[in-house]
Amino acid sequence: MTVPDVVQVDEATRLTTQPLAPQLRSGVLGPLRFGWRRLTSMRTALLLLFLLALASVPGGFLPQRRINPLRVQSYLEKHTTVGPLLDRLQMFDVFSSAWFSAIYLLLFISLVGCLLPRTRLHLRALRAAPPAVPKVLTRLPASDTWEGDADVLARAEKALRGWRVVRRGDELSAERGYLRETGNLVFHLSLVLLLVGIAVGAFRGFKGTVLVVEGTGFSNTVASYDDINPGRRFHPSSLVPFTLQLQDFRATYAPDGKALTFDAQVTWGRTQATTPYDVRVNHPLAVGGAKTYLIGHGYAPFVRVRDRTGAVVLDQPVACLPQTPQFLSTCVIKVPDAAPQQLGFRGAFTPTTITQDGRVGSSFPGLVRPVLTLVGWAGDLGLDGGVPQSVYSLDTTALKPFDKGQAHALSEGQTWQLPGGGSLTYVGTREWATFQVTQDPGKRLALLAAVGIVGGLMLSLFVRRRRVWVRVRPGAPSTVEVGGLSRTDPERFQAEFAELVRRLRE
Amino acid sequence: MPDKGLGQLGDGLLFTAVVVYALAMLGFAGEQASRKARQSVTAVRDSTQVLVGSGGPSVTLPAETVTSLNPSRAGRFALALTGLGWLVHLSSITARGFAAHRVPWGNMYEFSSCVAFVAVTAFLVLVARGYVERSLGAFVMLPVVLYLGLAATKLYTAAGPLVPALNSYWIKIHVAAAVTASGAFLLSGVVALLYLLRSRYDELTAAERPTRFPVSLGAQLPAAPVLDRVSYVVIAFAFPVWTFAIIAGAIWAEAAWGRYWGWDPKETWSFITWVLYAGYLHARATAGWKGRKAAWVAVAAACALIVDYYVVNIFVVGLHSYA
Repeated sequence: MTVPDVVQVDEATRLTTQPLAPQLRSGVLGPLRFGWRRLTSMRTALLLLFLLALASVPGGFLPQRRINPLRVQSYLEKHTTVGPLLDRLQMFDVFSSAWFSAIYLLLFISLVGCLLPRTRLHLRALRAAPPAVPKVLTRLPASDTWEGDADVLARAEKALRGWRVVRRGDELSAERGYLRETGNLVFHLSLVLLLVGIAVGAFRGFKGTVLVVEGTGFSNTVASYDDINPGRRFHPSSLVPFTLQLQDFRATYAPDGKALTFDAQVTWGRTQATTPYDVRVNHPLAVGGAKTYLIGHGYAPFVRVRDRTGAVVLDQPVACLPQTPQFLSTCVIKVPDAAPQQLGFRGAFTPTTITQDGRVGSSFPGLVRPVLTLVGWAGDLGLDGGVPQSVYSLDTTALKPFDKGQAHALSEGQTWQLPGGGSLTYVGTREWATFQVTQDPGKRLALLAAVGIVGGLMLSLFVRRRRVWVRVRPGAPSTVEVGGLSRTDPERFQAEFAELVRRLRE
Repeated sequence: MPDKGLGQLGDGLLFTAVVVYALAMLGFAGEQASRKARQSVTAVRDSTQVLVGSGGPSVTLPAETVTSLNPSRAGRFALALTGLGWLVHLSSITARGFAAHRVPWGNMYEFSSCVAFVAVTAFLVLVARGYVERSLGAFVMLPVVLYLGLAATKLYTAAGPLVPALNSYWIKIHVAAAVTASGAFLLSGVVALLYLLRSRYDELTAAERPTRFPVSLGAQLPAAPVLDRVSYVVIAFAFPVWTFAIIAGAIWAEAAWGRYWGWDPKETWSFITWVLYAGYLHARATAGWKGRKAAWVAVAAACALIVDYYVVNIFVVGLHSYA
C-alpha cells in the first residue's frame, strides 16, 4: 500500500491543484524528497523570481558586451578600480553570466517540478465529475437553507446550464471554470517552450553584416560577410543560398537634418539577382529562413588614381565611415598597385560642406555640396607583412606625405595632380548600405510560445473557477441546502450565488 | 508637414485639462475635509446630548452651520470635473494626433500625456463599476496633476514627424499597449501605496498608538481590503496587456533590428517590470506574502516601470533613445 505524499484534506473545498506545503518525512528518500518539494514550492519560486529581477538590474544600467563592446571598453578605461572587479563578476555579460543562468535554470526546474504534478492533477480533474457534496454546507463562504422539496434539483440543473453538473440521488454537485487552470498551465508551459525557442536560436542561429556600395552585391555565404556572429552549433551549410545586389540607396531628410526615410532598392535571387525589392527600416527582405535588414548607410566617393607611369591603378568607389549625424565621414584610400611607390590617402568626406577656420565640416546629411578632403602619402603601405590590416586605417610609418601633409579639397570631377607625377580624381559619389542577414530557426517556436503565454494568461486571470452544491434533506418538511465556493473574486461570486438561490426558490 | 496651430491647440487643451484635474482634486479633498468636520460636529453634538441628559449646561448647535458645505455635493461636483477634464484631455490628445498626422504617442511628452489619460480613465471606470468610492479621487488626481505638469514642462516636444525606426504600424500596437498597461500600473502603484498607509494606520489604531502624517491620512482612505482588491484588479487587467506589449515589441524589433530580443536597456527594464508584476500575482496567492508584502512588490514594480520609461530614455544609451 502506498502512503499518500500529501496530507489528505477535503478535496471538495480545495478548489486548486496547487501542491501543499512540504513535510519532512523519514527514510532514505525523505530528505531528498523534502529538498525537491522545497525547490518546487511556491515560496522558492517566488524568491527565485525576485532574484531574477534583481539579477537583471545591472544589465539595465551597465553597458553590456553583447550589445555595445565599445562602451564596455570605455567604461573599463574610465573606471580602473571598479571596472575590472565588475568585469570579474561578469557584470558586463550579465545575461550569459554563471549567476544569472543559475537563477533562471533553477527557476525553470522549479517551474517544471511544479507543473508536471499540476498538469497530471488537472487532467484528472478534467475527466472527473465534480466532487461530492461536503457534509456541512453552511460552513462554505456562500450558503443558504430553506424548506423545499426535491423539485429544486431539476430547477438547479436548468439554472446551471454551462456548468458541469452531476446528480447523485438527492444531491447535486456543479463546477465551472476549468479553463482557468488550463490557461494557467498553458501559460507556464509556454514559458518553458519560449526558453527552448531562445536556446534553439542561440545554438543554431547566424548573424552576419556586410557593407555594400551601390552597384555591387553579396551572396549569403560565410566568406562574404565583414562580421559574423554564428551560434555554437551553427553549420555553414544551413545558410539559405541567395545573392543580393544594391541598385540604389536613397535617404530623405527634414530641413533640420533629421532622417525621414531610408530606402535600399535591391535585386535578389536564389542564383542570380534579378527580382527587385525595397529594403527599408521595418521592412526586411525574407528569403526562406533568412532575413536581410538595412542597418546603416553612408557615402562612397568614386575615386580614380593614376600612378607616375600614367596607368589607372585604382578606379572604384571607396566607402567612408560616417562620424557625425551630419555625415562628416572618414575615408582611407590604399593604392598598393601604384608604381614605383605605393600610394595612400586619408581624409574626410563631407556631403554638405562648410568651411570654418580652415576646417571642413558638414551641415546637412544629404548630398548638397560634396567635397573630398585628402592628405596623400607615398611609400610602403605595409600590406606585405602578413599582419591583417583594416581597410579603414592607414599605417603611415613607412610613408612620406605629399606637400608636407597639407590637405587637398576636391569637388566632384576635380583632379589632384600629385607632386612628382600621378593624379587622383574624385569622379562622383555613390552611397553604400550595411545589411544584416539573420537566420534564427528558433523564432517560430518562440512566437508560438508567445501566443500561448498571452492566451494562457488571459484565461488564467479572467476565468473564474467555482463550485456549487445542492442537497435535499428528507424530513417533514424536507429542507434544501445550497452552498458555493469560489477562490477568485468572491464579491462577484456572492452576487452570482444570490441570483442562483433566487431562481431555485422560485 | 505638422500643423502648428493644431499642435498649439493640443498643448493649450492639455494645460486646461491639468487645471480642471487640479480643481477636481480640490473638490475631492473638500468632500473629505467637510465629511471629517461633520463627523466631529456629530461627535460634539452627541456628547452635548449626553451632557444635557446628565443635567449639565445645555449647548445647542445650529443645524445650518453643519450643512454649510454638503460633502456629497462637493464630491459629485469633483467627479463631474474629473469627467470634464477627461474630455478636454481626450481632445488634447486627438488634436496632437491630427497636428502631427500620426498616432499621438510618438515621443516622451505625448507618451506621458497618454499614460495619465489611461490612469484617469481606469479610475473613472473603477468608480463607475463600484469597485471604489470616488473620494479616492483626491489621492489619484494629485499624482496625475504632478505627472502631467512635469511632462509638460520637462519633456515638451512640438508636434513633428517620427524618426524612421518608429515609422511602422507596430507603433500603433506596441506603444498603445505599453501606454495602456503603464497607465493602469501607475494607478495600481498609487493604490498599493495607499493600501500600505491604510493598513499601517489600522495597525496603529488597533494598538491604540498615535498616528502621524502620512499614516494619519489612513483615516480618509477606503478600507484596506478594498484598496488591496482594487490594486489587484487593475494589475490583473494590466499584466496581460503589458505581456502583449512586450511581445508586440519583440515582433517589431524582429522586423526593425533583426532580432526579437537583445537585452537592450529598455527591454531589460520591461523584463524586470514584468517579472516583478508576475511576482506580485504569485505573492498575492502565497501564504506569508499576502497583504503588505505583496503591496510592496506592486510598489517596487511600479518603480521599475518608471525607471523603464524615464531613467532609461534619459540617462541610459540604448536603441530606444528617441525623445
